[in-house]
Amino acid sequence: MKMRRTAFVVEAGAIVCTCSKGKQMNSHVSVPGGIAAVTADIDVVRLENVKRHFGTTPALDGVSLSVRKGEILGIIGRSGAGKSTLIRCLNGLERPDSGSILVEGRQITGLDERELQPLRRRIGMIFQHFNLLSAKTVEENVALPLKIEGRPRTERLKRARELLELVGLSDKAKAYPSSLSGGQKQRVGIARALAARPALLLSDEATSALDPETTRSILALLKDINEKLGLTILLITHEMEVVRTIADRVAVIDAGRIVEQGPVWSVFADPKAEITKSLLAGIRPQLPAHIAKTLSAEPAGDAVLGVDLAGAAAQGTLLAELPGAFRLLHGGVDHVQNQAVARLYLAVPVAGAQTVIQFLEARTARIEVLGYVASNA
Amino acid sequence: MSPAMLDLLIQSVWETLLMTGASGLISLAAGLPLGLALVATDRGGIAPNPWINSILGAVINAFRSVPFIILLVALIPLTRLIVGTSIGTWAAIVPLSIGATPYYARLAEVSLREVDRGLIEAARAMGGNRWTIIREVLVPEALPGIVAGFTVTLVTLIGASAMAGAIGAGGLGDLAIRYGYQRFETSIMIAVVIVLIILVCGIQWAGDRLVKRLDHRA
Repeated sequence: MKMRRTAFVVEAGAIVCTCSKGKQMNSHVSVPGGIAAVTADIDVVRLENVKRHFGTTPALDGVSLSVRKGEILGIIGRSGAGKSTLIRCLNGLERPDSGSILVEGRQITGLDERELQPLRRRIGMIFQHFNLLSAKTVEENVALPLKIEGRPRTERLKRARELLELVGLSDKAKAYPSSLSGGQKQRVGIARALAARPALLLSDEATSALDPETTRSILALLKDINEKLGLTILLITHEMEVVRTIADRVAVIDAGRIVEQGPVWSVFADPKAEITKSLLAGIRPQLPAHIAKTLSAEPAGDAVLGVDLAGAAAQGTLLAELPGAFRLLHGGVDHVQNQAVARLYLAVPVAGAQTVIQFLEARTARIEVLGYVASNA
Repeated sequence: MSPAMLDLLIQSVWETLLMTGASGLISLAAGLPLGLALVATDRGGIAPNPWINSILGAVINAFRSVPFIILLVALIPLTRLIVGTSIGTWAAIVPLSIGATPYYARLAEVSLREVDRGLIEAARAMGGNRWTIIREVLVPEALPGIVAGFTVTLVTLIGASAMAGAIGAGGLGDLAIRYGYQRFETSIMIAVVIVLIILVCGIQWAGDRLVKRLDHRA
């Protein structure tokens, strides 16, 4: 994984520590007057065996997960997989039945509503339907978290102006949300979520109500904020494209369990769970239907190989070096987190198939024999 | 119409406005918190409490089901306790307020209930407490409905205040009954009806304008 220098501003901006992400350090930096000791590389959130039932159906069935400082973690799953429950457990909007949730090193499961309130101010949240207050202007919406904190009006408005500039909506400060487009509304939502300088941003399907072009611009903004401010982002989505575009790591949730997690490129290059493969189907090359129809289990004609490649192997001259004849049926190379990830479908005559498979496996490819087709198919 | 009659009409308008305005303000001040309490204590509200919710609901329904003319008489002891007399314009304000409060509470409840739950969730996620949610989300977001409901309540109060003539409260209704009907002064009857139409239209027009100004929803 690439290393990124992140500047992280603690509390009121009094202390700035630069830390490199990706390695685990235990050096505790105590913050004068701060609530908790902030460690340089601690997990912002750590869940252990979190369970939550609605009636008899489990929404979360023993979830363990950590969100590292400065990363963008994408949690992907189908609707009803438990994503919303999971994200709401992190700021106490939802209470788990059992398990432990640590936010910035602090156990939150035992806290009551009053104790949760200051903690929630450390966590910003954006929503699928924006949830902007219609009776307040854009700048009043952005300043609301600071009003809740009890900051003076001048400070609130100054901060609102800064944030509106950051999201590119300075000219809309006095407008009401109803006059904005969906993308603009989400920008206001993002500015509002950042107002109280949170340590973590939760994104609840923030782009699901937006068209593809607006989605791209909102994702670019989130990535930009992540890089500029070193803000940790946890986003839940049902769209692999969102994860592909901005996440560093991905966790796949299904029926209340994390079934797979890792760096995005590695999960894309080598999806293990069925649900992951199915979620990836939309953005990875699939064996064309007319060929898939003619597949047979009888080893005759050509073997159809599904080949997953990552890194140098996906970029290199691998195909040219392939020992023996083959037909490239379908496939493509994608770049995820600057890593080449390829999915290819090859038809190789049965006689030479073993040689080809050995050659590819020696070059870290993962190969599935999907079936056999006639040599002229 | 004689100058004496005109004086009587002007005084009646004033009495009606006084009764409507005072009891309207009282029912706003009491009904809005009741409406908030109904929404807050409901299942899934910001302070769920089924006991308080059903007791409040039952009391409000009980008051709403008593016809106003009966409330007027039934509340005489209470009126005497508060105002010192059970006769006159000020005395009428007590039963009018008590009658209109549960009515307005239900109207306020309906508009508060329509506030998008996502907005309440957003305020909670920002670290807001219940009071913040009421002050920054529920009331401002429901304000157009709260004002519209208040307009309807005022118009209803103008009608109800006519009955208050039964306890000597005066007002336009009383004038119409005693002069227009019992003394066959048709011109008084017509004048009262015209004034009432103007009053109701004026209140509704002002209310609608205010709602339009307050409403920033799409």
